[in-house]
Amino acid sequence: MPTRKKNPLFTYEDFPVGKVLDLGVKHVTEKEVLAFAWTYDPQPFHLDRLEGERSILGGLAASGWHTCAMLMRMIFDAFIKDTAGMGSPGLESLRWKRPVLVGDTLSGHGKVMEARLSESRPGMGITRIVYELHNQRGEPVITWDCTHFFKTRAAVEAEAREAAEA
Amino acid sequence: MTIYLEDLVIGEKVIFGSHRFTKEEILIFARDFDPQPFHVDEAAAERSIFGKLSASGWHTAAMWMRAMVDYRQRQAEADHRAGKVVPPSGPSPGINKLRWLKPVYVGDTITYTSTVTDKLDDPKRPDWGIAVTHDEGVNQKGEAVYSAIGRVYVKRREPLKTKPRGG
Repeated sequence: MPTRKKNPLFTYEDFPVGKVLDLGVKHVTEKEVLAFAWTYDPQPFHLDRLEGERSILGGLAASGWHTCAMLMRMIFDAFIKDTAGMGSPGLESLRWKRPVLVGDTLSGHGKVMEARLSESRPGMGITRIVYELHNQRGEPVITWDCTHFFKTRAAVEAEAREAAEA
Repeated sequence: MTIYLEDLVIGEKVIFGSHRFTKEEILIFARDFDPQPFHVDEAAAERSIFGKLSASGWHTAAMWMRAMVDYRQRQAEADHRAGKVVPPSGPSPGINKLRWLKPVYVGDTITYTSTVTDKLDDPKRPDWGIAVTHDEGVNQKGEAVYSAIGRVYVKRREPLKTKPRGG
């Protein structure tokens, strides 16, 4: 039997409801926390260790948006880089559950909650995935309820045929 | 929002400021955090659903934060000069209904705003309340590109008086 995946891309069909996606591990460094905060969220508790320790966050903490950006990168490395993705319309919810501090190690997973074909756009699936990252103590730090657009296998194969004919 | 919960007016829209997205910034953010082809490769972007190189949605969202922080900093400096007390800013527990309504392309200028839609008590934190906000980013053509329902803790001028139960 010939292998189905001549093209290495994952498509909509590869993310059925219930599928669990391992997101790997991310170590949070001071250099990265400061660089992000200076550009996107220059509040004292994200820029200065003493200010962070004095604040409600309890230490030099990553901007919540940095945590989002780190989670995005973990998702990219885990599977989006090999997926025929068409972006995202947004998230139903995002929760910052605990501060992410310099030195923390983040890991987590995504779980497919819902998957359906688009009615308005042929060749596209709409897949809702809930993500959670936790720190090295197993405490949740962030959750997303996120919608993805993925191409279908048929759409990817049709594009490959068109490209071959061109 | 360098003001107290009591000062927030429901329905009032605050314009934080505008930001023009350059190609360099879009590439720097995307290479670090979201290197999908349509955010890092112009040729791939032209073949994609977006048609042109566009910013990562998280870049669009992060610049809302930057616009808010800069606005608050300007307000805090003005308050400080006027001899007013500047209350500390509180954290956000999260966001609902975050929407990337349209792509942000190279050269687009996004104006960021926030409108208070509700004020909530938190009996566990009587010194604070929660402002519920409709946060938005609008491009130079007047099209909304970013929308979210935010929540942020805001200091109270007077602590919440807990109501007696029952009765």
